[in-house]
Amino acid sequence: MDEALLRSLTPSVLAILGRRGADFAAAEDAVQEALLEALRVWPDHRPRDPKGWLVTVAWRKFLDAARAETARRRREERVEEEPAPGPAPAVDDTLQLYFLCAHPSLTPSSAVALTLRAVGGLTTRQIARAYLVPEATMAQRISRAKRTVAGVRLDRPGDVATVLRVLYLVFNEGYSGDVDLAAEAIRLTRQLAVAVDHPEAAGLLALMLLHHARRAARTAPDGSLVPLAEQDRGRWDAGLIAEGIGILRAALARDRLGEFQAQAAIAALHADAPTVEETDWVQIVEWYDELVRLTDSPVVRLNRAVAVGEADGPRAGLAALAALEDSSRSASDRGHPMPRHAAVAAYLHERDGDLATAARLYAEAAGKAPNLAERDHLTRQAARLNARRHR
Amino acid sequence: MAKYLLLKHYRGAPAPVNDVPMDQWKPEEISAHVKYMQDFAARLEGTGEFVDAQALSPEGTFVRYDGEGRPPVTDGPFAETKDLIAGWMVIDVDSHERAVELAGELSAAPGAGGRPIHEWLEVRPFLTAPPTITE
Repeated sequence: MDEALLRSLTPSVLAILGRRGADFAAAEDAVQEALLEALRVWPDHRPRDPKGWLVTVAWRKFLDAARAETARRRREERVEEEPAPGPAPAVDDTLQLYFLCAHPSLTPSSAVALTLRAVGGLTTRQIARAYLVPEATMAQRISRAKRTVAGVRLDRPGDVATVLRVLYLVFNEGYSGDVDLAAEAIRLTRQLAVAVDHPEAAGLLALMLLHHARRAARTAPDGSLVPLAEQDRGRWDAGLIAEGIGILRAALARDRLGEFQAQAAIAALHADAPTVEETDWVQIVEWYDELVRLTDSPVVRLNRAVAVGEADGPRAGLAALAALEDSSRSASDRGHPMPRHAAVAAYLHERDGDLATAARLYAEAAGKAPNLAERDHLTRQAARLNARRHR
Repeated sequence: MAKYLLLKHYRGAPAPVNDVPMDQWKPEEISAHVKYMQDFAARLEGTGEFVDAQALSPEGTFVRYDGEGRPPVTDGPFAETKDLIAGWMVIDVDSHERAVELAGELSAAPGAGGRPIHEWLEVRPFLTAPPTITE
C-alpha cells in the first residue's frame, strides 16, 4: 500500500471536514481514526478513489463521535442544535493547518508532534517510536496540544517563521523508528514552500536537501561519524544537491536574505567543492558574517571560528574563538558552557601543531558531547593524537 | 522472567583490571570496544533479553526542594568523591545466574591493548509488581 499517498492526503481531508463545520480537535481525531482504518483495510481492498474514501470514513467517524457527544450532553442538559458551519476560511487550508500546528502558544515538542500527526498524517504510535517515548505519553502530548489551540481563530495568516522552526526541528532532531523523519521534514517543507511564497521556506528546503544529500557519507558502516572533510564526496547525492542549489539560487535572487538561506548557502559551497581542498572558505566566512548579523547566535560564531581557521589559518581561528569567549563569558559563568566549544578549540590547536593541548581538549570535549556518536568520535580524536605524541 | 539493571560507573566502582583512560587507547581499540558493545546489545535483542541501554553525560547536578516560594537548591557538578553513573543496560532474563553471566560478558569488553577491561558492573534486580497468586 502507498503509505506516502495516505499521508499526503491527510491535510486536505482534514480541511474538508473543517469546511463542513467540524472543529479542529474532533476533525483531527476523526482523520486519525480513518488513517488507522485505511492502514488496516487498504492492503487488501485498495479504494479506487483514496481521497473520497478517506473523507467518507473520516466524516462518518466524526459524526459517530459527535452523536455520542451530543447524546451525552443531551442526557446532562438540553441543548440547541449544532450551529451551522461558518463561512469557508480565506487562507489556503493546508497553510492554515501548518500555522495552527506551529502556533506560538505550543511548546516545541507539542508543535512537532501535532504537525507530524495533523499535517504529516503519521500515527501516534509512529511519532512515539520516532521520539522514543511511550505511545500513551505521545497521545497525551498531542491531545493537550489540541486543547491549547482549540480557541485559536485563524482568520489571517500566521507567522511562517514559527512553522519553519518546527520543520527544522523535525529534520534536525529526528531519532529513530520506522519513519524517516528527515525525509518527512523535507516532504512537509516542500509542501509548505508550494503553499506559501516565502524565500525562507525555500531556503529551509534547500538547506534540508543539501544536508540530506550527504547522509549516506556521514556515517561509516560501523555507525561512527565521518567528518565533512573525510567524507567520500562520490557518495553525496548529486541530484539532491542540484535541486537544493537551484531552489537556493531562486530564493537568493529575491533579495530577502534570512538565516535559512544563509545556512543553505554555506551548505551549497561545501557541496560545490569537488574536494575538501577546493572548498571556498573565504566565501563561507562571508556567509557566516551574514549569519552573525542575522542571528548573533554563539553557535554561529563558533562555526565561524572554524571557517576563519580554514580561510586564514589556525591562529586566526583561535583569535576568533578567543573573541567569542570574551563576549560570552557572562553566559558560561553560570555553568552553561557552549556545546562543542572545546571540540572546535581542539581542532584549531591540532591544526596549529599543538598536539598536547589538542588531545587534552578533545578528551574534555568528549566529556561534554551531547550524543554517543559524537562522544566516541571525539574520544577517538584524542586517542589518535595521544598515540602520535607517544610514538 | 525478571528484569535486571547492569550499571556502569564513571566513578565509585572498584578499579578495573585493565585501567587505562579511553583517550590513551589506540583509535582502533576504541572502535573495537564500541563494536563489542553494539554486538552485545544486538545479540540480546536476538535472544529476546534486551530491554534498554542508555549512556549518561558525566556532568550532572544534585537538586533539592528548598521550601515554599524558593528556587530549588542545586549542588553541582559532582564533587570528586561522589558516585557517578555512566550508563546502563536493562535485561529481562530467566534467572539471576543468567544476569550475572551476561554482566560478566559485558565486563569483558576489550580495552587498551585489545585486552578485556574487567570492569566492575553492578547487577541490580528490579522490584516488580506483586504476583497474582501469592499463596
